[in-house]
This record gives sequence, structure tokens and C-alpha cells, in this order.
Amino acid sequence: MYNFDFEKPSTVADAVAALATEEAQPLGGGQTLLPTMKQRLASPSKLVSLTGIAEMKGVCKGDDGSVCIGGATNHATVASEAASQYPALAALAGGIGDPAVRNRGTIGGSLANNDPAACYPSAALASGATIVTNSRQIAADDYFQGMFTTALEEGEIITEVRFPVPEVANYQKFEQPASRFALVGVYVAKYADGVRVAVTGASESGVFRWTEAEAALSGNFSADAIDGLSVSADGMIGDLHGTGAYRAHLVKVLTKRAVAAAS
Amino acid sequence: MPKDSGIGASSKRREDVRFLTGNGNYTDDINIYGQTHVYFLRSDVAHGRIKNIDTSAAEAMPGVVRIFTGADFEGIGSIPCGWQITDRHGQPMQEPAHPVLAIGKVRHVGDPIAAVVAESLAEARDAAEALNVDIEELPAVVDMKAAVKDGATKVHDDLTSNLCYDWGFVEDNKGAVDEAIKSAAHVTTLELVNNRLVANPMEPRVAVGDYNRSNDEHTLYTTSQNPHVIRLLMGAFVLGIPEHKLRVVAPDVGGGFGTKIFHYAEEAFCTFAAKAVNRPVKWTASRSEAFMSDAHGRDHVTKIELALDADNNFTAVRTETYANMGAYLSTFAPSVPTWLHGTLMAGNYKTPLVYVNVKAVFTNTVPVDAYRGAGRPEATYQLERVIDKAARELGVDPIKLRRQNFITEFPYATPVAVEYDTGDYPATMDKLEEIADLSGFEARRKASEAKGKLRGLGVNCYIEACGIAPSNLVGQLGARAGLYDAATVRVNATGSISVMVGAHSHGQGHETAFPQVVAEMLGIDESMIDIVHGDSSKIPFGMGTYGSRSIAVCGSAMVRATEKIINKAKKIASHLLEASEADIELKNGQFTVAGTDKSVAWGDVTLAAYVPHNYPLEDIEPGLEETAFYDPSNFTYPSGAYACEVEVDPDTGKVTIERFSAADDFGNVINPMIVTGQVHGGIGQGIGQALLENCSYDENGQLLSASYMDYAMPRASDVPFFTVDHSCQTPCTHNPLGVKGCGEAGAIGSPPAVVNAVVDALQSGGHKNVTHIDMPCSPSRVWAAMNG
Repeated sequence: MYNFDFEKPSTVADAVAALATEEAQPLGGGQTLLPTMKQRLASPSKLVSLTGIAEMKGVCKGDDGSVCIGGATNHATVASEAASQYPALAALAGGIGDPAVRNRGTIGGSLANNDPAACYPSAALASGATIVTNSRQIAADDYFQGMFTTALEEGEIITEVRFPVPEVANYQKFEQPASRFALVGVYVAKYADGVRVAVTGASESGVFRWTEAEAALSGNFSADAIDGLSVSADGMIGDLHGTGAYRAHLVKVLTKRAVAAAS
Repeated sequence: MPKDSGIGASSKRREDVRFLTGNGNYTDDINIYGQTHVYFLRSDVAHGRIKNIDTSAAEAMPGVVRIFTGADFEGIGSIPCGWQITDRHGQPMQEPAHPVLAIGKVRHVGDPIAAVVAESLAEARDAAEALNVDIEELPAVVDMKAAVKDGATKVHDDLTSNLCYDWGFVEDNKGAVDEAIKSAAHVTTLELVNNRLVANPMEPRVAVGDYNRSNDEHTLYTTSQNPHVIRLLMGAFVLGIPEHKLRVVAPDVGGGFGTKIFHYAEEAFCTFAAKAVNRPVKWTASRSEAFMSDAHGRDHVTKIELALDADNNFTAVRTETYANMGAYLSTFAPSVPTWLHGTLMAGNYKTPLVYVNVKAVFTNTVPVDAYRGAGRPEATYQLERVIDKAARELGVDPIKLRRQNFITEFPYATPVAVEYDTGDYPATMDKLEEIADLSGFEARRKASEAKGKLRGLGVNCYIEACGIAPSNLVGQLGARAGLYDAATVRVNATGSISVMVGAHSHGQGHETAFPQVVAEMLGIDESMIDIVHGDSSKIPFGMGTYGSRSIAVCGSAMVRATEKIINKAKKIASHLLEASEADIELKNGQFTVAGTDKSVAWGDVTLAAYVPHNYPLEDIEPGLEETAFYDPSNFTYPSGAYACEVEVDPDTGKVTIERFSAADDFGNVINPMIVTGQVHGGIGQGIGQALLENCSYDENGQLLSASYMDYAMPRASDVPFFTVDHSCQTPCTHNPLGVKGCGEAGAIGSPPAVVNAVVDALQSGGHKNVTHIDMPCSPSRVWAAMNG
């Protein structure tokens, strides 16, 4: 790890100011950034910790009924505090990593990093969540722009994520055997106006919506509804742990399981 | 009624008090006044020519003490190899030089190019980044079969090829084996890969070198399974330091699994550099460094053929194996695919003809050496897999086929040059069938099917050769060391005892089990006895711990030394009791004159030895301390039968282990609880190999599985509750304790059980074309096999 400056502001405004320094970087739970820095693969001049900002922490209910989660809220908190309002989201949070990870890692950090195998992006995309930053609101459909790429500008901070609560939802994760990230993860959410299906872990383009399955499931929310569909292996990740064809196959298997579990 | 002390008691592991309370003293806990830190700049290319190393900018960096490159080690000895193999044509193996720091070329990702010694590790690392290294990248040799083709790029320019040796065993049997296979009623052939593994002890390797200019003494603290071996190899062959000026200490060591047997360049570097900079030099491997510098294990590519007659009797086994040596020969690397592998190819069976061919190959990968089981898991895996395949081809029950071919008379001389002293293979199979409830399998399979899962049963046997090893025999086979061990029993004046043992405990529980033996022999409490190990200045000598040898070899030395103690103590007692020595009996810590009530306690005798006022000084010396060296007359041959039941999810290919049962014959057992724990750990590692672990390189020699993000270690949730039994006991006939050793059995016996079960599950699901899946049977591989 190289030397760096460290600030831990208590307001969003102070954090934004602190991030104005060149090469400054926001620090959520540090579950990705700190190991990267230890390997000397990242060398920010300054880390601005977001975990001391009270207004960015916690789970609450929005006026429109959505679940609002502060950007600096860790996974363990979401797992417990969102359980009654949005159980599928809470279950996803409770299945990320291990207890140490869940008590450090934050939802804002995960969404800002947008690891192609992370769990949260699938929930945000399938829920049609709104990513709230210090300067604007971004629809999930506009936010995810490919692996490790998002709509966030330099120095922009995710202060809150708003999840419209679906009628039913379920997340199915098939774990990569070593890292236990999602080799493939599928999040299915059924709303009054239709079903959304988001897939993580599988695509070289990062999290994506499986629109054919959404159409089929919006008409008939049962696992059988997607029997006739298949996912192309083109553009799927192929690595030590599975070929693109295997991941494409798992997308369908897990979608069916998620629908069955949610029904 | 189980015993509560002595041999056969499940005494609680006394060392766990310090391990579980954070009070262990590991090498990284050792910090010496004035200590410096070294950071090794390692190659990030698999193969390249070093054109220039410019250290000038780095030397100007803050905190730098000195920077070393290969040039500093010109004229210093090569890291030695401890075993020479003679090939099929009577020629010695090709043996390349292995410099402490790379000279001329780098040969694998992780090969150390330069070493920066600085005031802190961070400063050393900063300076290493300022090193200007010009390396011309060369094509990498990764695939073993391609490596031995004509015209392949050579890992070592001064060798004739990448072939280390082409070994045939038993070469004189080759013609007969070929003929038997040609004329067999049935031949089953199987091609398989024994996957490359990284040992991954919880504690990474650490070395601290210290030098005392006033008396010219070197001390090396290191994470070793055998400090005396390191002293010998490094002192005599690399640095030229005589033993009396070189102390090697291996304090608490957090797991070894074989990879801490070997002498590594970092140990020689820290010892050398401590004198060069006249300050202690410390190195602690990061986990990333461990992946690219700890010797790896396994990595065999094998074709095995099993011939059977019309009555399903095994008539011949023929194998051809490519064994990866990596870029350099690690300490015992050449012996693993040969004498620790070919000699086991008869297995538990009376196959009359066996021929084993092994081609050892250099590649641009991390060196490969012994890993828990070392050669014996590779032998067991291929043999037990091909037997299972044969049973399926012939439509016979795989257990029945094994039973029919079991060796049943002992001693038994195999066609591969070893003699099994004892064993009872039908008994362990009977025991397995009982504890694994094999008769209930079909009902469990139906229950799995009802859940949409495919259930499979895999059964296999194993035999291994451990208690390593008779020195005169291994000397003939190319070992450059003896494989005896030593113990000194030091009885103190008040009767407490320190036993200095050459074995090294790094998880095996020696500190508990060894005193149980001495306590049993003397009839005193275990708490009066402590074990001292791991310090070349405190113990007489020792070849260390590996090959399940500690209790069988070092324990035997301890028994011999204790017998000498008893003999001398009886002389003292006979003097004190004014009786004939022949009439003195030792029981429950009391020396008694036979047939009388005259006795003297253990403590009174020991006190007399050190306060010899009333003592036969004209006949015997004061004091009570004895040393014995013990050289075994044969290997020991633990054996057993294992059963694994798996469920396969047909939608995803994911395998879960539902039941695992092990019936082992370890001969006599000193501490059943510790033995059970050893079996648990071994099976856990075997399951890791069978389902999860895979060290993988790409075609350019880049290590793809270089961290836990991609190298899958088994976790608690990956293994079931094991059913372990070691009540079948045919004691070893040639060591005084009748023990065989248990450390490696689980890792040897379990991989074929798992893979046999996975194949059985797929077959039961109608995937009749799936006759084999290479390890690890990961979800993607199993799914691909079902959909291939």
C-alpha cells in the first residue's frame, strides 16, 4: 500500500469538498478498494471515508412506499432492517460474502464499483431502483454501463438507493467455488406493471436485464413460462470456473428457480 | 473401557491451549533487535532472459540497506536436490542448477530476480519498484507433452531437453506386462489428470536470518517441517557453513502438508544476507508469494491400463505418466512420481505384473514436490479409478471385483519391489460396509431422486507406504540422505522428563502423543513428560516430519532411548534395593523386587542418579539421559477402504458430499482422537482436490489461480460429518510400537472415492457415456460431462 491522506467527514457536503482533490477516492466499506491498494494496484492520493456520514446510513420507508437505503449502509444492516419491508433484498444482502464482509461492505460501495459478479447490481436493476447521488437521481436502467463502469461522475457520491417494493421477488445465486461471488446470480421482481429479471455474474457487459424472460413472465409468472427460451452464450464470461455456455445455461436455471421461489 | 492415559488414550491435545489462545510462537512472531526486512522482486513472466538489472535508482531510495541480485550468488552453491533418479537406460536424471536469485534467466512466474533489504518492508517494496529490470521474454513451456517434443523451447539451456528422466519400473517386467495386456480377456484403459495443487498452509513461509560476528554463528528461524534437514542442505551444499556454526530453528509451524519440507531459496538468502549486511534479515511471504513460490503438488497426466482374465482376475497393470517438475528440482521432487508412486501400483491387489513408466518434465511453472501423500495419492487414484471403470465395463460389482483380487497372505512381496508386512483388506472392507451402511444406499438414492438429485456411491481401497524409510534401501534408490530418526530422553533429577525428538510437530499433536508412549513405558503421569522439537541446537538430530513417519520412526527411536533409560534406572534401583538387577520390575512408576514388597519410586531413582551419594559409581555414570537413533527395516503399510456418497444437481452439475466413511488399518493407535483428527483433515484435503482445488496456468505460463478468488479451498460447509473407524488393526511387525502412521491416509484414500461416486451418480442419471471426469469435479465440469 502506498501512502495516502485520509479524511472522514460527517456530512455529504464535506465529503464532496474533500473529494475535489486530484486522485482522491471515496471509501465505503473498502472490501474491494483496500485489497486493491494493498496489492499496489490502486494509489489514491486521499481516501474519503463515507461511513461517518449519519445521513447516508440506515434503512427507511419513502413516501411512495419504496425502501430507501443510505449509501453507506452495510450489508448486515440491510439484511436485518430491510427484512420486513423487502425480504428478497434483505436475503440478498445477507448472502453477500461472509459476516466480516457484510459488516464492512456497503451498498453504495458495491453499486459504485459495479463488479460484474457482485450481487447488489442485480437487485437494483431488477427493482428499477433509483440511485440518488449528491447531485442527481439516476434510474438503474441508465446507471449500469458495463463491468466496473457506471453513470457516476468523478467525485460523485451515492447517498441513497431507493427500491420500489415488488409484489414478490427472489434472488438466486450460484456461487463461484473459490471467491463465492456470483458465478451467475438472477434477481426476479414482479411488479404490478410487469416482471423484471436482472442477471449478474454472467455477462462480459456486466449486469443486464433478460428482456425475453421478462416478457414471458409478465404474461405468466411461472417457471414454465420460460421453458421455450434460451440464453445465448455470446458475450458471456468464460473463465476457470465456467464457460460462457455454462453461464448462459445457469441464467435460465436460476431464473426458473427464482420464479418458483417467489411464486 | 477406554484408557484415560498412556497408549490408546484420547488425551487432549496439550499444544492446543497455546494455539487456541493466541499464544503460539511462530516464525513471524520472532523479531530481533536491529532486524531488516527483505522484499523479493519476482518475475512476472514465465520465461525470459535477464538482459540487465539497474539498481542505481533503487539504491538511492529511503531505508535501503542493500540490494542483491543473482550476481551476488555467483559461486554460491545451487539449491540442492535430495534425490537422484536413474532412468530406464541407466543414466542419471538431468539436474539443472537452481540459484538463490535468478542468474541469466527467469523460469517461472515468481522466480526471484532481486532482493531488496531495507529498514522496513514498505521501504523495501518501494525500492523494488524502482529497480529497472530488462527481461527479454521467451516462449513459455507449460504443457508437459509439448515440452518433450523435439524443438520445444528449453527451460534450461544447458540441458539436452526438458525431460528430467524417463523412468521404467520394473523395467525387466516390461515385456511380460506388454504380453499380458495383449493376451488379456479384457483391458480397461483410462486417461486422467491428477490436478496440480497448492498446499496452502494457514501460515505462509517465513525466514529470519541472524548472524553473530563475535563467534561466527548463524541462526535461521524458518517455517520448516525438518530443521536438521535444512541445516544439512543449506549449510553443506549452498552456503558452506559447518553444522556447529549453523543453528536452524523451526518453532511453532502453522501447517506444512509437505510444502515446508523443502529447502527454499528464501531461507538461504536470509542466512546469507544476515552476514552480508551484519544485521538480522526477515522475510514473511504474502499469500500471493505463497501461491507462486511454495512448491506445488501432484500434476500428473496418466494413462493406465488394467488387464483381466476371463474370471476377472487382475493380470497386469501398465501405466504411463507425465510428471511435472516445474522449473527447478525441488528437494524431493524426483522421488515423488517414482519411488513414492511406482512402488504402490500393486495397491491392495495380487496383480502379478506391473509396469510403470514416468517421464518427469521441466516446465516454466513453480516447482512441484511432495504434498500430503506424495505420489501415493496419484497411484491410488489411477488404480482405484481404473478398477471402478473395469467393474462397470464388465458389469460386476466394484466391491466384489476388489475383494476377488485382494492380497490375503502376508508378508506379501509385490511385483513393484516392496513387501507388505501385514494387512487385512477384507476386514477393512467389511468394516466399511458396516459403518457406511452400504445396504441402505438404494433407499437413500431413491430419496435423492425424489428431490430431483442424482445420488452416487463411490468405494475404493488404498494402501500406502509410509514410516519413511529404511536408509540402506532409499540410498540404493537414489536418496542423498538417510531416513532414520533420533530421540534423546532426558530424565531430570526429580523425575520429570524432556524428550528431544527429531520429528517436528506442525499440527500432528506430537506434544501430546509422544509423552503418552513414554508414560506408558515408565508407568508415570503424562504431565511429567514434555517434548522438545524444532531446534537443531536442542535435539540430537532428526530427519523431520513427512511421509507419516513421526511415530513410526522417531517414536521408535524414543522407545529405544526409553528402554535404555529403564535399563539404567533398574541398575540404580537394584543398588538402592540391594537386590539383583534381574529381579527388578518396573510397574506404575515403582521399581519392585520381584516377589517382595520392597520397592523404590521412580523419583527416588532419578534423584539418586543426580545426587549419587548412595550410587554404584564404580559401575555406572551419574545422570539419566539416553539417546537412540532408529532406522526402520521396512516401510509401514497402512491400508483401508473408503466410501463416499454424493448428490449431483442435474441442472447445475453441483456435487455435494452427503456421506463419507473411512475404515482404516493404522496398526496400533497411540491417541485415537488425534488419529481421527488426522483422518478428518486428510479427507478434507482429498475432497478439496476432488471437487474444488485446481492450480491452473495459461499457455503463457501465467498463474491463473493465484489467489483465493480463483483457487477454491475446501471449507467446513463443503464436507459432511465423517464416519471414521480405525478398529481394524494389524500391527506393524517391524517397529516396537506396531504403528503404521496415519497422517496422509485421508488425502490418499478419498479422491477416488469422490470421483467414483460422481461418475456413479451420472451413470444412474442415464449419462452412460460419462466414464470419467477429471478433478476437480467442479459444477461446470460435471455439467459439461452431462451435456458433452
